Amino acid sequence: MTLKEINVKERVIVKKLNGQGAVKRRIMDMGITRGVEIYVRKLAPLGDPIEVTVRGYELSIRKEEATMIEVEKVA
Amino acid sequence: MSINIALAGNPNSGKTTLFNALTGSHQFVGNWPGVTVEKKMGKYKENKDIVITDLPGIYSLSPYTLEEVVSREFLLNEKVDVILNIVDGSHLERNLYLTTQLLELGIPVVVAINMVDVIEKRGDKINYKSLSKELGCPVVAISALKNTGIQEMMSEIKKIAYQPFAVRNIYNDEINHALKELSQTLPEKVDEGKQLFYSIKLLERDYQILSAFNMTANEEVIKPLEEKFGDDSESFITDARYNYISFLIKNYYIRANSQQLTMSDKIDKIVTNRLLALPIFALVMFIVYYISVTTVGTTMTDWTNDVLFGEIIPPAIENFLISIGCADWLQGLILEGIIGGVGAVLGFVPQMLVLFLFLAILEDCGYMARVAFIMDRLFRKFGLSGKSFIPMLIGSGCGVPAIMASRTIESDRDRKMTIMTTTFIPCSAKLPIIGLIAGALFNGSAWVAPSAYFVGVLAIIVSGVILKKTKIFAGNPAPFVMEMPAYHMPRVVNVFRSMWERGYSFIKKAGTVILISAIVIWFLNTFGLEDGNFVMVESMENSFLSKIGQTFAWVFTPLGWGHWKAAVASITGLVAKENVVQTLGQLYGFIEVAENGDEIWKTLAMSFTPLSAYSFLVFNLLCAPCFAAIGAIKREMNNTKWTIFAIAYQCLFAYVVALIIYQIGNAIFYGIFNIWTIIAIVLFIAMIYLLIRPTFHLEKVEMDF
Ligand SMILES: Nc1nc2c(ncn2[C@@H]2O[C@H](COP(=O)(O)OP(=O)(O)OP(=O)(O)O)[C@@H](O)[C@H]2O)c(=O)[nH]1
Ligand SMILES: [Mg+2]
Repeated sequence: MTLKEINVKERVIVKKLNGQGAVKRRIMDMGITRGVEIYVRKLAPLGDPIEVTVRGYELSIRKEEATMIEVEKVA
Repeated sequence: MSINIALAGNPNSGKTTLFNALTGSHQFVGNWPGVTVEKKMGKYKENKDIVITDLPGIYSLSPYTLEEVVSREFLLNEKVDVILNIVDGSHLERNLYLTTQLLELGIPVVVAINMVDVIEKRGDKINYKSLSKELGCPVVAISALKNTGIQEMMSEIKKIAYQPFAVRNIYNDEINHALKELSQTLPEKVDEGKQLFYSIKLLERDYQILSAFNMTANEEVIKPLEEKFGDDSESFITDARYNYISFLIKNYYIRANSQQLTMSDKIDKIVTNRLLALPIFALVMFIVYYISVTTVGTTMTDWTNDVLFGEIIPPAIENFLISIGCADWLQGLILEGIIGGVGAVLGFVPQMLVLFLFLAILEDCGYMARVAFIMDRLFRKFGLSGKSFIPMLIGSGCGVPAIMASRTIESDRDRKMTIMTTTFIPCSAKLPIIGLIAGALFNGSAWVAPSAYFVGVLAIIVSGVILKKTKIFAGNPAPFVMEMPAYHMPRVVNVFRSMWERGYSFIKKAGTVILISAIVIWFLNTFGLEDGNFVMVESMENSFLSKIGQTFAWVFTPLGWGHWKAAVASITGLVAKENVVQTLGQLYGFIEVAENGDEIWKTLAMSFTPLSAYSFLVFNLLCAPCFAAIGAIKREMNNTKWTIFAIAYQCLFAYVVALIIYQIGNAIFYGIFNIWTIIAIVLFIAMIYLLIRPTFHLEKVEMDF
């Protein structure tokens, strides 16, 4: 499943990043790499983008980019 | 010994704050990523041989965003003796990612962990000594804001400059093996220390470096590794870096076990709450502009205009000039030209200061990034990004920094669109025009000022939708990946300094550009040819200015104000928007009626109808910005064709909107129909069509960042 499908207040682990080029590199530069834990903090009032906590800081990304991030829920 | 220090670090890590502390200068700081967009140099206060360069914040040295390329080129090609890497200690993990890259450049690095005040407050601990040993470079704890640790940092810099510096290699044997092979293919000129950096770039297939060296990617080396890792080379390098950082954090960062919400979290819960976010946003905007434009601002502005530049200064100066027996023409120049013109502009200083105060608070508290977050969905609908909002908000102060702030928008398309539309928002120099028209023609009605902002916002939306559907702007929306900074109380010093700097540059403009235009306008307006002689004209209609204005005033006849005074005022507005009011101030002789208070706007009101005045206002708000802003557009577009396109679009758009307002308004309110009414209706329908027609689709859409 991808990060887009994760509900607010859930915790996940990144399995894999799809896509390529600039967008993927940017997402990885910001700390979303394989094995990292992501906490979905909130959804913007209009339903997009989302805000997540990753590596101890808050990052906002659009749902479209979130579909590139394959994740697994933390038990 | 002279040392060149480059300040490198993530956006919003406090580089500029430190730069100001070290050099004693007053560059803008703000609490959102991307405040500084141009490098700035300064000298260390205590030792002028030490030169410090403040670079734009970057997250990485990848070739994908403009700032990253600029910073990387600066670090590689300029004479940099020491890289001072500012690391935001409260976001240590992500900040160290750039550090791992900087340590590969073969330039001595000092890592300054900033915001230790925040870390201490949280109760977290960092083991600086071990971290320093592990990274192989000095690590110092500082607070740029509280000015602690600065001396130690500077002495580390002095120690390390000009010393040999060993790069930090964090890769495993497999990767290193490949790097070794690639390094042998590097051109001879690459010196020893930079080999690691360049080999990694070759491995990553960095197109900028490859083309600079005239090389192609060495697939024989790269492909097998990629298969082994099951991922592309950029990704496994990034993975390796972050794995290394995870190790550092685990061992050297001790988190105080507090699960409770911080103040910032609590504020954020309310401010970006799903139900409350939009109302709060609307309320904030309303308060900012209502207070600065309509209430406090106007009260103070009225006083300066009517009392200070009405009852106090002009009579005093007039009496003084008479008492010293000053020549008539010189009296005219000083009273009508300079005080009438420049005074008309200076009267708006209080209003602007109030606006600048609010902007400074918004910038420093951390709300800007939230607005981008809240508005992104909406902005994307008309072809912009949530990040476009920041330039627009700054643009209500001044268009020049606003256009420059658009640099943080990664996508070329979104950035161009933002540059083209951001000056539709009335900047502070346009406030006087709004104030004047509202006061003279609409009895100071409270709706005029808000409507001006509304027109600006609407112009952006309409342009966004229209342009997005054209071929040049077609394509997928660019990604939105943005850090959300923590909220903090705006710092009083920052806020007042920022307010003052902006206010001062406005006043300075009044004393230079506007003063000169005032003198030129006065001259052209006072002299002319009468009976073939060069004289001080009896009737204004004979002046040079009037003759010049009459040659092109007809252009504006369809807009309802085809008389030379208004035409001239609009043109002088290109020099600086304040000139519009300055020119009208002279041409309608405010100075003479000002003495009896409320008479001040009567003469102006006689040559306009409310409708033509509103059309004049709209045209001047939307048309090409002042020369300074046009210059900024040219710099940011970096392309003459695009600049001309932007300016032409703005002028055309302004003309069409003003025409529609005036002609259709005339038909509705006064029942006046003529050929222009039909043209206006046709244009209106055309605009609606452009708004609702289907989007242009490219067959193959490139995703560019
Ligand atoms: N608490 C605390 N805040 C700081 C410190 N240093 C800077 N800040 C705040 O951090 C924010 C960012 O500071 P800037 O100096 O504008 O950051 P920058 O690195 O120049 O940012 P960009 O220009 O966007 O790259 C501002 O709100 C500062 O007031 C510090 O030592 N402690
Ligand atoms: Mg800065």
